[in-house]
Amino acid sequence: MLERLGHTVEFPLQQTCCGQMHYNTGYHREAVPLVRRFVEMFRDAEAVCVPSASCVAMMREHYVMMAEAENDPAFLSEVRSLLPRIFEFSELLVDRLGIEDVGAEFAHSVTYHPSCHSLRMLHIYDAPIKLLRQVRGLDLIELPNREQCCGFGGTFAVKNADVSVAMLTEKQSCIIETKAEVVTALDNSCLMQIYGGLHRSGSPVRTLHIAEILAATSNPPHKPTSKGVGSGIEGYGLQPVHSERNELGALAPEGKAE
Amino acid sequence: MSVRVGKTSTAAEFPSAAKIALKNDQLRKNVHHATNVIRNKRALRVEEMPDWQLLRDAASAIKAHTLKNLDTYLIEFERNCELAGGKVHWARDADEANSIALDLIRQYNGTEVIKVKTMTSDEIQLNPALEHAGITPYETDLADMIVQMGNDEPSHIVVPALHRNRFEVRDIFRETMDLPDLTEQPEELTGAARTYLRERFLNVKIGISGANFAIAETGGVCVVESEGNGRMCLTMPDVLISLIGVEKVIPRFEDLDVFLQLLPRSATGERMNPYNSLWCGVHEGDGPKAFHVILLDNGRTKLLHDEMERETLACIRCGACLNACPVYRETGGHAYGSIYSGPIGAILSPQLQSLEHSRSLPYASTLCGACYEVCPVKINIPEILIHLRGRVVREDQATLSGKLGVENLAMQGAAMAFKSESRYEAAQKLVQIGQGLFERNGQLTNLPGMAGAWTKFRDLKPIPKQSFRDWWKSRETSKPGGEA
Repeated sequence: MLERLGHTVEFPLQQTCCGQMHYNTGYHREAVPLVRRFVEMFRDAEAVCVPSASCVAMMREHYVMMAEAENDPAFLSEVRSLLPRIFEFSELLVDRLGIEDVGAEFAHSVTYHPSCHSLRMLHIYDAPIKLLRQVRGLDLIELPNREQCCGFGGTFAVKNADVSVAMLTEKQSCIIETKAEVVTALDNSCLMQIYGGLHRSGSPVRTLHIAEILAATSNPPHKPTSKGVGSGIEGYGLQPVHSERNELGALAPEGKAE
Repeated sequence: MSVRVGKTSTAAEFPSAAKIALKNDQLRKNVHHATNVIRNKRALRVEEMPDWQLLRDAASAIKAHTLKNLDTYLIEFERNCELAGGKVHWARDADEANSIALDLIRQYNGTEVIKVKTMTSDEIQLNPALEHAGITPYETDLADMIVQMGNDEPSHIVVPALHRNRFEVRDIFRETMDLPDLTEQPEELTGAARTYLRERFLNVKIGISGANFAIAETGGVCVVESEGNGRMCLTMPDVLISLIGVEKVIPRFEDLDVFLQLLPRSATGERMNPYNSLWCGVHEGDGPKAFHVILLDNGRTKLLHDEMERETLACIRCGACLNACPVYRETGGHAYGSIYSGPIGAILSPQLQSLEHSRSLPYASTLCGACYEVCPVKINIPEILIHLRGRVVREDQATLSGKLGVENLAMQGAAMAFKSESRYEAAQKLVQIGQGLFERNGQLTNLPGMAGAWTKFRDLKPIPKQSFRDWWKSRETSKPGGEA
């Protein structure tokens, strides 16, 4: 999708993890080398696109604090220099690039779950909604009680599995109430939780990261309409969209795991 | 010195206590309903305040300043309180506070006391201490009375009987007040409580209260409440004993301007509390003839040295974080094993006791941030939870069993794998091969070990045969000229 918009995308294969899992679970010491590694990997990037709001929250909320605690001025100044160039995926598109129409087509009903970190730590409210509204054929349905947590919470999901699932059950019934075919979010971690519950209960509702929806095109792709958009490179969107939802797997291509 | 917080030392860990709570459908229904109602009322009352964020900033600044200079303000409070005719006693811990209270009650030949709702007295377990000494305490806050009569524990900081509905209250009143024909009509229930309580207000000579604020500048004390029963206890007895945590002091009378706007809106969704009682020492012919303050430390001052931990003491006990918390919403307060439940309890209870008890509480949160968003004094609860998790992990790692614990080994393993791309890819390959053993119809449904807690309730997609990294690599090499 980014290439369709005319951008050059690099994926440094040396990257691993931003350190969030370790840090949030209390393994602060263990997270430091991961943060150092992340900063080293991306120090020269013009913009870092992070398709996970909770990872961005980890970077913005904790990287400076961690670098300060390390008492390493060079590390700290690298962190400070890198942070303004880090963007959550929808932030990059809407706030940094000024694009709302990415030329996507996705003829399905979709409901959007604002993940806690995107909402309360990154303060992302409208950007994903604006992007989804411009997708051709997409019917956006509001999720009731949408600001309530899905119950994932990283290691919380296994340490407090029973409570996590009780929270998930509430989220699931709100999603099912919308009758949407797809639930989307800015965080694959929340979507993993939501998928886990929906699939176990036999619900046909699919989970897709917002990038998967925005990458979907008809063939040939629509020309994006917003200003500042380069000529489209051949899209690698979803397979031609199906409207039937009688079998699981009809909507999404083979998932790509990170 | 022994710091005690309620019954935390014998409480079950949160995950197992929560499991029991989750099975109680009636409790969950009551908690869902009550927190929804208060949460919505709060939202309405906050929305109408254009300067809400400025008020939060002001409250946070006042508390930060006070806690940084706590010694000065406590001494100022003591001086001014005693100038006005009060007497201040200092208690290092729960036992000291209880014995001061007992000595005072004996000094005035009391055999029973009436109490204003005070969480601090539950913290030090004052009621059992009084009963043990042959003194009968009567809770007069309606909800606290329900908790006391039902031999129950408070499940919420502000509305301690939130887990009970009126049918349950009817049954408790029928039994303890000997009113077999009582119905669940709210008018009848409050009528029964009123008759029962008025008798105590008129006859009992000693009152015990907590405090919402202690004002250094005037030596005055402030209690806010909704029922007026508190006002009765504060004004009718001959002797008033106020048990006050040291963090409750504020510098000036005019600081109440900020807090009395924030507290009722955050706590009960009211613009103002129906009863705001403020008093200073004693006055001839008006109110109690003797006024005693017990200033309680019980672990609080240990939090002062660390800037982040200190923030915890800014809490004004509004309970907004409980009502906003999606975890509390499912479990109610009892699962926390502490009278301080919900997000604030999860940071306060373990810290007061130097992490000796309530060690599972910092993990009783998804870090969703709903608590921080509603906190009227801007306590960054998620950040403090993470900080405390760090302390728990470091302490655990210092022991052999902690070092060899499944979680620590898994985390060390992950940290190693994340340190280089080749190890990371190797680990991914290993999982790709290993997961085959647990794959059924394209899903992982029965994983071993810690991951089993996931698959017990939820499905998991296996890592696909071609990972994103594999796909990216093949894409790069197949590009004409290998351009990026």
